[in-house]
Amino acid sequence: MLLINCPYCGEREQEEFTCGGEAHIERPKNPPDLSDDQWADYLFLRQNTKGLQYERWNHSFGCRQWFNVARNTATDEILAIYKIGEKPPPLESNEPLTPSGEPHIGSGNFSTSKK
Amino acid sequence: MRLQNNKNLNQTKKIGFTFDGKKYYGLEGDTLASALLSNSVHLFGRSFKYHRPRGIISAGCEEPNGIVQLEVNEFTEPNRRATEVVLYEGLVAKSQNRWPSLNYDLGAINDLLSPFFPAGFYYKTFMWPPKFWKTYEYFIRRAAGLGHAPKKDDPHKYEHYHYHCDTLIVGSGVSGLYAAKIAAAKNLKVLLVEQEDQVGGAILSSNDYENKINTNSQTEWKKTILDELNNLQNVKIITSTTLFAYMHYNYLLAIQDLQPNIGKDKKNSVRQIIWKIRAKKVILATGSIERPLTFNNNDRPGIMLANSASKYLNGYGVNLGEKIVIFTNNDSAYQTAIDFHHNNIDITAVVDVRNNIEGDLPKIVKKLGIKIYSGSIISNTTGRRKIKTAHIKKINDNNVEIINCDLLCMSGGWSPTVHLFTQSRGKLKFRDEDSCFVPDQAHQKTISIGACNGTFDLKNILKETYTSVNDFLNEEEKILDGELYDAERINIGKQENAWIVNKENISKSKMFVDFQNDVTAKDIKTALSEGFRSIEHVKRYTTNGMATDQGKTSNVNALGIISELTGQDISHLGTTTFRLPYTPVTFGAMAGRFVKEFFDIERKTPMHSWHVNNNALFEDVGQWKRSWYYPKKNETMDEAVNREVKATRDSLGILDASTLGKIDLKGRDVSEFLNRIYTNAWSKLAVGKCRYGIMLGDDGMVIDDGVTTRLGDHHYLMTTTTGNAASVMSKLEDWLQTEWPELEVYLTSVTEQFGTISLNGPNSRKIVELLFPDQDFSSETFPHMSFKNLEIDKVSCRVMRISFTGEICYEINIPASYALSLWNKCIELGKNFNITPYGTEAMHVLRAEKGYIIVGQETDGSVTPVDLDMNWIVSKKKYDFIGKRALIRSDTVKEDRKQLVGILTVDPSIVLEEGSQLVEVETSLPMPMVGHITSSYYSPNLGRSIALALVKSGTKKKGVKLIVPTVNTSVEVEITNPVFIDPKNERLLA
Repeated sequence: MLLINCPYCGEREQEEFTCGGEAHIERPKNPPDLSDDQWADYLFLRQNTKGLQYERWNHSFGCRQWFNVARNTATDEILAIYKIGEKPPPLESNEPLTPSGEPHIGSGNFSTSKK
Repeated sequence: MRLQNNKNLNQTKKIGFTFDGKKYYGLEGDTLASALLSNSVHLFGRSFKYHRPRGIISAGCEEPNGIVQLEVNEFTEPNRRATEVVLYEGLVAKSQNRWPSLNYDLGAINDLLSPFFPAGFYYKTFMWPPKFWKTYEYFIRRAAGLGHAPKKDDPHKYEHYHYHCDTLIVGSGVSGLYAAKIAAAKNLKVLLVEQEDQVGGAILSSNDYENKINTNSQTEWKKTILDELNNLQNVKIITSTTLFAYMHYNYLLAIQDLQPNIGKDKKNSVRQIIWKIRAKKVILATGSIERPLTFNNNDRPGIMLANSASKYLNGYGVNLGEKIVIFTNNDSAYQTAIDFHHNNIDITAVVDVRNNIEGDLPKIVKKLGIKIYSGSIISNTTGRRKIKTAHIKKINDNNVEIINCDLLCMSGGWSPTVHLFTQSRGKLKFRDEDSCFVPDQAHQKTISIGACNGTFDLKNILKETYTSVNDFLNEEEKILDGELYDAERINIGKQENAWIVNKENISKSKMFVDFQNDVTAKDIKTALSEGFRSIEHVKRYTTNGMATDQGKTSNVNALGIISELTGQDISHLGTTTFRLPYTPVTFGAMAGRFVKEFFDIERKTPMHSWHVNNNALFEDVGQWKRSWYYPKKNETMDEAVNREVKATRDSLGILDASTLGKIDLKGRDVSEFLNRIYTNAWSKLAVGKCRYGIMLGDDGMVIDDGVTTRLGDHHYLMTTTTGNAASVMSKLEDWLQTEWPELEVYLTSVTEQFGTISLNGPNSRKIVELLFPDQDFSSETFPHMSFKNLEIDKVSCRVMRISFTGEICYEINIPASYALSLWNKCIELGKNFNITPYGTEAMHVLRAEKGYIIVGQETDGSVTPVDLDMNWIVSKKKYDFIGKRALIRSDTVKEDRKQLVGILTVDPSIVLEEGSQLVEVETSLPMPMVGHITSSYYSPNLGRSIALALVKSGTKKKGVKLIVPTVNTSVEVEITNPVFIDPKNERLLA
């Protein structure tokens, strides 16, 4: 279970939070001008990254504030937490490697080191 | 008779217990296993598949054979490891998987038939015909399986504890205790967790003559260090506690067994506790598990892991046998020979697969005059209920020497207990010299020390613990000066692999790998020859490592066997995944206190007690308890609902509507906000007016509806459906915080702050006139869809004239604490008008008669407001609102989408099932379906059945006949307008 550092309340257990999916998907300002494909892109399509992903989280059983989390989905490391409206802080690598050098796609559920 | 060395026991306290109906005695400190062994009970159960007699092979949590049904009736628990159950007075245990008795078991016929039970037997045999699997399964499950689940409620309690610490240490052997001492000296908050009931780990199995720490025996050393730790405020030690899960961010779960709390007199006591631990740093000192050797008939009672035999001998003084043979591929088993010698018990022979035996321990054994068969193996054993003979032969020589034997101690090397380390996502590496997986790269703030790190000799364990723990904790203060402890150096000879002893005979032999699931080396060979390659596949096909012991003694051996048969390196094979929990955890413990009335929150309205007193039946809506209907005396549900519906239309009905979600919206931009989240326009709504709104997702689908009232210029009250209140609130917050931070809107949930009384029916006006005599309630001054702030006995109320029945209706919102009193007043005043409380069922009928939808009943997440024939509520003028763009997607504008219609059966007495499918013509299956019934009721006001449905192109098909095929017959129906009563709103607006 993750330990999440809510920017308003401090470190709390994951069970107090809800994940709201990928972050930085802005709702278009001009929906009527968009094609079906463009609208579908906003509405349905997500990256589902293995590696560094920017996500929205809500402290739903706490202050109820939304904020952003940069998480490595392959290792579950939280690399940064920042408020809504802020730009993601610079992170060293866009695809942090997993401890055993697992592949970029696939579960890679290895218990032994792959070198 | 116990032997003299029995340091884990309290000699003075005898404990009585029962096994398979027979009374025995043990001593305080015994496990069930040690107590039974000391009573010369070696037969503990029958194996899973072949029903072979089985005895104890280990002295810890890895035990595959010695599993029992503990206690009886509601207290019973299956598959408890006898090696872990601490003896208590009156304990009752039974062996498992045998019938009629342990000694005479009819299932043992399976052993003779074993050539017909190869790996994958069930997959291969019971495939045809496919439909028969259900029949087969019933009998297979009856024949197999281990213990029985309790059939009654568990009367015990289970707790969950939360614990935070600086340093968590798992395991209290030499390295764990030493680490605790170091961490404690650094002023850290330390939690030390030990799975056994006594602290000590391997110290509990060591003899006190050798392997001293400084000049003390390990037992004396433990006592000193434990006294120190017990006196410290910053150290907590919990025993009988197994750490079973290691998750993200050093979050770990442990289960503590308060075992003697079982039994009738302990009914409400706590039986187990789950510790939820968040540690800054974790030190794993979990030790290692000895591996069996894989030889023919290696599963007879009396064949035991060598170190476990030492533990029973040194710790519990159990006299295990007199004709003892040791079979090994490494040095550690020689210690067992030495331990027996110290107890004046002779060893008949040590059989060692190695030719070069060079370590210090074998040298001592040689000096003691014990016969060592080097370069030799045990090729077979005999003895049905206990081992009688062992067959010894030189490798590459066919001459077999048969020797009598009543205890065979085996050692196939050691596997570090790396389960928790890999659960924490640390990676392993394979160490060739002694064939074991050791921790490589850690992923969290954790280190492994001692045997679980592959460090097996005492001198190095002490050294490693000192340096690693100091480095890891790296606190400036109070570092212990120098290394405190040292031990004698012992040279260890090289281990030699013997994954399959006597490989030539594999196909004709019973070399057990997984004792609990009865998997043999031959089964693994079969799996390989049938093309299984991945270790994960071989595991699942053979079920190796899938029993309740999760392969603690079998997984590495299986890897070794695959490696030997296929010629691949073990390091390339990898391991199967070490999943949590490390040992089985009871459902009771997982549920903790969250059972029965605590399973979920129950929300009750301020008028709940009145409903209970007036015979209401309740329906769960979300977490709310809502009155369903109020039967009188002998009324059936239908009769009660019809009466409630009819009374409301004819005169006056009263509904407790407190459960509807209420959100208070304040701020400069509320009107703009409502414009964005509802499909219709809000800017021009006058203060004191109400408006119905439909809320969509950005995919255009209906997610909620309700009436919103403008209380002031910048103040609105929104109502939501009962079930969606929380999710709507959180969605609105989402939009405000993340998309439109520029809007000044403040949301507050006020659902529980108000009680809501809904008065419906032509006589409702007469009641509000009595309640608020100063107010004119005529439609001219107080029209439909308007609101007034009124006072009753100086209590301010919000009164809305809105309606969900199609009748004149006043909804009074009053602060919750006054709601019951106002409800009683309404009931009193309404007596002259036959005031009738009605529940959710009548509410549904009333709204369906009027064609009002319910979100979640007429909608299912795939329905747009256009589909609901509610074009009038979708603003064409607004540039944008949530869901607008999606309403012109190619899919949402399709002509043949399912649309809301009314349905009338040709035979008015038939009430259709909700969910029934509608077809145009009956054909052979599958029939093309054109729609489905969403709501269906008997309408007492119309004297016939009514229904709502979603039908393809329904709005254009009024008058068309369709068919509802049911199990026995087909019902003819006609598509109609969905408004069955008062389509001109004459009653509503009266």
